[in-house]
Amino acid sequence: MELLKTLSLLVVIAPLVGAAGAGLFCRQVSKQFAHRLTIALMGFSLILSLYVACLVIGQDQSYEGVLYLWGQSGKLTLNVGFLIDNLTACMMVTVTFVSFLVHIYSIGYMAEDGGYQRFFSYISLFTFFMLMLVTANNFLQLFFGWEGVGLASYLLIGFWFNRESANQGSFKAFLVNRVGDFGFVVGIAGVLGYFGSLDYIPVFAAIPGVAEANTLIPGTSWSVISFIGFFLFVGAMAKSAQMPLHVWLPESMEGPTPISALIHAATMVTAGVFMVARLSPLYQYTPSMQSFILIIGATGALFTGLIAIVQNDIKRVVAYSTLSQLGYMMAAAGVSAYAASIFHLMTHAAFKALLFLGAGSVILAMHHDQDLRHMGGLRKQMPITYFTFLIGTLALCAIPPFSGFFSKDAIIEAVHSSQIGGASYAYVCVVLGSFVTAFYSFRALFLAFHGEGRMSHEAKHHVKESPWVVWLPLVLLAIPSVIQGYMMVGPMLFSEPSYLGNSITVLTQNNVLMRMGEEFRGGFHMILESFGNFPLWFAILGAFSAWIAYVKKPELPPLCVKRFKWLYTILIHKYGFDDFNDWFFVRGGQRTAKLMYQGDARIIDDFFVNGAGRLITWCSATARRLQTGYIYHYAFVMLLGLMALLVWLMFR
Amino acid sequence: MFTNIPLLSLIIWVPVIGGMVCMFAGDDRKATRARCIALFTAFINLMLCIPLYMQFDTTTSNMQFVENIDWIAKFGVHYQLGVDGISVLMVILSTITTFLVVIASWRPIKKNVAQYMAAFLIMQGMMVGVFEALDAILFYVFWEGMLIPMYLCIGMWGGSRRTYASIKFFLYTFLGSALMLIALLYLRTKTEDFNLLSFYAVKLTMTEQIYIFIAFLLAFSVKIPMWPVHTWLPDAHTEAPAGGSVVLAALMLKMGIYGILRFSMPITPDASQYLAGFMIVLSLIAIVYIAIVAIGQTDMKRLIAYSSVAHMGFTTLACFVIYKIIAKTGDLHDAYLTLEGGMVQMLSHAFSTGAMFLGVGVLYERLHSREINAFGGVAHKMPLFAAFFMLFALANVGLPGTSGFVGEFLIILGSFKASYVITLFAASTLVLSATYTLWLYKRVFFGPVTTKGVEAMHDLEMPEYTVLAILAFLVIFIGVYPNALLQVFHASIGHLLELSTTSKL
Repeated sequence: MELLKTLSLLVVIAPLVGAAGAGLFCRQVSKQFAHRLTIALMGFSLILSLYVACLVIGQDQSYEGVLYLWGQSGKLTLNVGFLIDNLTACMMVTVTFVSFLVHIYSIGYMAEDGGYQRFFSYISLFTFFMLMLVTANNFLQLFFGWEGVGLASYLLIGFWFNRESANQGSFKAFLVNRVGDFGFVVGIAGVLGYFGSLDYIPVFAAIPGVAEANTLIPGTSWSVISFIGFFLFVGAMAKSAQMPLHVWLPESMEGPTPISALIHAATMVTAGVFMVARLSPLYQYTPSMQSFILIIGATGALFTGLIAIVQNDIKRVVAYSTLSQLGYMMAAAGVSAYAASIFHLMTHAAFKALLFLGAGSVILAMHHDQDLRHMGGLRKQMPITYFTFLIGTLALCAIPPFSGFFSKDAIIEAVHSSQIGGASYAYVCVVLGSFVTAFYSFRALFLAFHGEGRMSHEAKHHVKESPWVVWLPLVLLAIPSVIQGYMMVGPMLFSEPSYLGNSITVLTQNNVLMRMGEEFRGGFHMILESFGNFPLWFAILGAFSAWIAYVKKPELPPLCVKRFKWLYTILIHKYGFDDFNDWFFVRGGQRTAKLMYQGDARIIDDFFVNGAGRLITWCSATARRLQTGYIYHYAFVMLLGLMALLVWLMFR
Repeated sequence: MFTNIPLLSLIIWVPVIGGMVCMFAGDDRKATRARCIALFTAFINLMLCIPLYMQFDTTTSNMQFVENIDWIAKFGVHYQLGVDGISVLMVILSTITTFLVVIASWRPIKKNVAQYMAAFLIMQGMMVGVFEALDAILFYVFWEGMLIPMYLCIGMWGGSRRTYASIKFFLYTFLGSALMLIALLYLRTKTEDFNLLSFYAVKLTMTEQIYIFIAFLLAFSVKIPMWPVHTWLPDAHTEAPAGGSVVLAALMLKMGIYGILRFSMPITPDASQYLAGFMIVLSLIAIVYIAIVAIGQTDMKRLIAYSSVAHMGFTTLACFVIYKIIAKTGDLHDAYLTLEGGMVQMLSHAFSTGAMFLGVGVLYERLHSREINAFGGVAHKMPLFAAFFMLFALANVGLPGTSGFVGEFLIILGSFKASYVITLFAASTLVLSATYTLWLYKRVFFGPVTTKGVEAMHDLEMPEYTVLAILAFLVIFIGVYPNALLQVFHASIGHLLELSTTSKL
């Protein structure tokens, strides 16, 4: 127990030490020192978290306890503490693994950059916040990590603060996430209001009772749990970029590519998925929220994927694909297949980080040109990048036996066998989504690596394979992208106890995975079965269509654009979310602020405050005229007064 | 070893005497001498707070370090001082702030240095007096006494519209407190003396309470300031020198909320309860409406001033939402959370907003402009300063791990017990404060270097660095371990809650 606490503390603190070392002394230390320090500490953290995972998953240990007293108020105590169970252990390994590789990769990617030390400090800081988030045993610390990763993301998107687009993107990311955090805080307030505690264990224990006894407004049927669940989920929608709060993620691509891989694909954006899984005891008691999560997730899975088809920036294609995959994870969480959702989170972390880092490698070779239309034929000059990128693409498209197949197929199957409201709509979305996924992924692959090179003649000569610090992480990420799914599908989803142990709660009537588990006969069998189902054929069809459109008959896409102009316009405008936000929130907000300021300055300040001053000035100026200084004026007034007095005395 | 020393009196009068000495230090040719005297005095004063803090007993809500001397015996006026958990932190906060302001003003102030330093030291003594006084007349004397140095500070060392701003400031706050004096005199007719503690024990009818409450409210709401009597603040802040803005934001506004805690709530508990809904609405208007107004500002100081009003809205919300909570749950313990959050908010606001004003002072000294548009790309030229300012901006935004988070979080959480509608409005600050603060940051610090003026800017100098580093430490420390503050006033808040919820009818 104490061992687990100490280990976890070291895992969490090591990146913070690295961040402080590289960040506070960024001008005193050399570039080498900065990356050596942070990477050494990250490696340390990775090894220890693997050890923690062995203890937790292998030996069935767990830890729940307090680190220190944060604050005390009335009867309420707020602590900082750890809950180290199977779910946490899975997340810790995922986070530290990807973070470690991204640290190494950054040596090559950021080599020329002026803010080298600052960069390493930021990504270590991010890792610290992310680990705080996943190890929390209470909502306060969850929120600390939650906002902390948002901060790190903000700092890293705006890393090149010279560029207006980067500043715009980071500002937008922070604000949209703040909208989510607004919901999150209200949700937490609800938890405290109804449960009287912010620690997971007592709250989870009290949920069934509260679910029965309380309604939000007495006399209505609005469940308190749904209220809390909804507002907490608003936080998850922003952080995990679910529609309609997804708008910040594509613009986060303005940051350096390594952080797109680490933060905006593998770890931070999955925090919302993690949260829903962590709070599974809560969401189990609110069927309406389950349907809501399912519908939001499935809609995102299909419709954001469609946008990826018309993107020409290689990073944006991968970014939209991330949105789509996050939709899959959320959909799984919606149908109570939390294990599938976390499983997809883990496989996705590997192959999506791989895709981003591969894209980064291409971008390096292209001298920071990210436009797919300028690429082509890169597979000859960059064989390692090509090969690993291909593996990532296959995993993403859920082609067996790559890792993505197992997790995604489980999700689709889980949605299929679910009975909750919206499940049939969601099933259509996720199945069509697998066609779309394959189409845009292979489109990017073909445009970048196949066909003739479309770059300038000079640029063509400069294209070469990236240095080893860049391709080594690619290879290391390709390995799990191939084998992880096959190895983990059984123990993760269907065995008893599974890798997730009892860290998630699923009521029997919602337990789709258990029903699927009855028919599960091993990974190999799962592959065989898939050939008899829609999703795989949809994926293959998607890849094939991409091959026709972008390799065989390159004249086809422009024709389609012309033919389906309306569809193209919708997609290129991303369904108008950005335009609406720009019109309503940005410009409307600014106008409101100006208007209200005018109200403040003109009505309150000028009319009332200064008006009072003017009134007094006017009164005294008028009254002053009475004081003429002429004796006969005063005498006359006295006379008048005397007469008035006499009249009054006579007639009273 | 300090038991026989009148510690509280020393903390009031040492800076006042130091200020007098400073004033006669000579003209600007001997500016360094004046600065050194001021720094020395401020430092001694800060040191005096150490025994105060060490010997303070956090387990009791009684007044401690009490001093009591007859002053005007005929009318029952005493020179009576004492601190409890609520005021002891305010006293310490005042001395820290003055110490930092003296260092921060080391270079920017070049004209009438001796008088400037003297004004701040005397102001410091007066403000500590406000927080320590247990006699209503003594309180009133200090309350009004501090207006004079502040008035001079804005009027003499201020910006281009300083005359307008200083007169507005003076008249506004002075008018407000005139009624307070009448209320105090009225209360005296019911008791033997002007002792606050005997005021607490007076029975009052509802009508009396409401009149007294309104008289107090006029005095305190102007100082806090609450919407709609806030418009003097942006002008005062904008025109005041950086040090003046810091004292204004960090300490003077706190006097208003301190007044509500010390006078309004315990003396007129029934009126407070009766008018709680009204006060909550005013607070929410400050939180939401003023925050939106802040977004539209083009002057950095004005923006921070408006943000200050919005943040102070949380403290008033914290004070009055307790009545709704207790009305709903009937449990005094539920009310602790917001009120203690309000206390933390008071203290943390001093650091984050004070630091922001100092930051603007740093920029102003280099470019002589407060217009946001005059800047751009400052982070290229002043990376160290940009990092500090980022931290303070984040504290202003209320990011967890900084001081700004603690108070607002506790208040938002606690208010849910009263009504989730209040929570929804209060929580909107998460979005609004991020908008105005980070938008300001983006326009000033990010982007390419826009003007020659920015091109010529140099990074922090030693005094600036020292001040900002101390503030940065405090901001993070409170954010990570707020219990250090909470445990100090826990007992006193409990006592206050009891007083302000026991009916006096």
